[in-house]
Amino acid sequence: MKAQQLKIALRNCGFIDPEEIQDYIANEGYLALASSLSGSRQAVIETIKKSGLRGRGGGGFATGLKWEFAAKPEADRKFVVCNADEGDPGAFMDRAVLEGDPHSVLEAMAICGYAIGADEGYIYIRAEYPLAIKRLRIAIAQAEEAGLLGENILNSGFSFKIKLKYGAGAFVCGEETALIKSMEGHRGEPVSKPPFPATKGYRGKPTNVNNVETFANVPAIINRGADWFAAIGTEKSKGTKVFALAGKVKKVGLVEVPMGTTLRQLIYEIGGGILGDKQFQAVQTGGPSGGCLTVKHLDTPIDYESLIAAGSMMGSGGMIVMDEDDCMVAVAQFYLDFTMEESCGKCVPCREGNKALYNILHKITHGEGTMADIDRLKELAVVIKSTSLCGLGQTAPNPVLSTINNFYDDYVQHIVDKKCRAKRCRALLEYRVVEENCIGCGACKRACPADAITGELKQKHFIDQEKCIKCGACHQKCKFNAIAID
Amino acid sequence: MTCSINQQIINEKIVEICSEFKNDPDELIAILHKAQGHFGFLPSEVQQAVAEQLHIPVSKVFGVVTFYSYFTMEPKGKYPISICMGTACYVKGAEKVLHEFESKLKIKNGQTTSDGRFSLNTLRCIGACGLAPVVMIGEKVYGGVKPEDAGKIISEYPA
Repeated sequence: MKAQQLKIALRNCGFIDPEEIQDYIANEGYLALASSLSGSRQAVIETIKKSGLRGRGGGGFATGLKWEFAAKPEADRKFVVCNADEGDPGAFMDRAVLEGDPHSVLEAMAICGYAIGADEGYIYIRAEYPLAIKRLRIAIAQAEEAGLLGENILNSGFSFKIKLKYGAGAFVCGEETALIKSMEGHRGEPVSKPPFPATKGYRGKPTNVNNVETFANVPAIINRGADWFAAIGTEKSKGTKVFALAGKVKKVGLVEVPMGTTLRQLIYEIGGGILGDKQFQAVQTGGPSGGCLTVKHLDTPIDYESLIAAGSMMGSGGMIVMDEDDCMVAVAQFYLDFTMEESCGKCVPCREGNKALYNILHKITHGEGTMADIDRLKELAVVIKSTSLCGLGQTAPNPVLSTINNFYDDYVQHIVDKKCRAKRCRALLEYRVVEENCIGCGACKRACPADAITGELKQKHFIDQEKCIKCGACHQKCKFNAIAID
Repeated sequence: MTCSINQQIINEKIVEICSEFKNDPDELIAILHKAQGHFGFLPSEVQQAVAEQLHIPVSKVFGVVTFYSYFTMEPKGKYPISICMGTACYVKGAEKVLHEFESKLKIKNGQTTSDGRFSLNTLRCIGACGLAPVVMIGEKVYGGVKPEDAGKIISEYPA
């Protein structure tokens, strides 16, 4: 049987008008809030616990348990925070939910507020998502007008307000303690836990932080019951997961599949296979914190534990497929470039260590690496992982480690042969004239900015490797396939 | 970059923006968003005015401005060009697209052309991975951009 999508978090996306609350209400909208309010706070927490829902932002912490922790402490104020700072490059699940079904997030936040005893909610959203911001604003206003947010909701005596807070472009703010710092107007630097936000979070009060997709699952769980949700997925990972399938795959876009679907099913059956029917090389899950998995991992079921066991992680849902034309060493360098820049700088191992990792990778992709560098990379990666404070530093070396483990030969080729099989690393390329194709038109010679090409008109041309800066201009200009790249 | 905006105009505007947020230092990021939306960038004069208004050290404001990538202390061009360097765009050749824009505009990533028309920068994923590689000019999104499209795209924006 072919793998199929199953939509829970995305159940309304594309089917309802997100700017019209009536559309949402007509599709069981706010029903879960109403039924939650008619029962006890504890009953809501029990339902979420029993459903087995785990955080969809990447960590996979049990949502019900998190709510219970925030419900326990007595406090004059508590907060519900929705983490909508989707900073993972190559992921856009949260944006789709916020733009396509904003009310489901608002409803879930209100349910959570009721469960933990909070009457204020904040959505921390990226300023880079103007449409999502606009739709959330409309949704909040409509819900307030309908009496589904605000004072004394549905005559239950429970009040809940939601406000927006804007991020300003910092990947580390996906870490909940950093996110709270940012909400308070500071640099988004994480702090050590405990105290956990559940006891001391925003403004020093108990705070529950959940990701957009996690919240989007909540109303469906309340409406259909914990048992229904717990029946989907694997033993430890329940429900579905939304992935942003992108890269060298035929059908790109958002997909939502039951936990336990294999990578192969996702890429070949739902994604339609590799673009141009080229050879599959790797799939990166978990974004800059995850790892690159290979052909041998294709039958790995997608769940929190299996992906970690394979050397990657669930992450927030970015899934980038790479084909034979991608250089895995360069990909590791690309991710390191990202984490190096996004490191907040608080912990030395992360701030300096990732930079050192990047520099070594740079050496290797430029043909200056030695075999000892591989050991150095591994040693440094282990130190960074074990001595950084937050999730960013603890996972930043993963792309390096996973590519060394799975694509060791690529590293050796760059270091020993000074060659890049995928022809991605410019410094390792060699441009040369294919004599039998060259007609001596001179187009390459005129295009060369380094005067590295010599040859008379209508004679075979020649590239001086000493002068060549490997810009590729000659290759682009030649109409006769007479410039080869080795 | 020296600031050509009159200090008094800055102060008046900042007082107005800060009071909208009740001069609450917790709202520093929201205030900076609003100020950048108005002035286009956040030169030191603006940061100074915000610090005074909120009664916080200017070093704190500077710390926040430099921490978040959305804030800039340099004025952007009339047509800001952003090349997406998210993973999906990267594997589909965004780097080559960037190089082509750099050579066509004769500026480097992060710079503004001398006539102030274009500025060029890279950003981390705008969430349009299905259209990779993506280039944004102002609010307009170009999908599936090839290096050879750069010239044509630039010519859509007159002086």
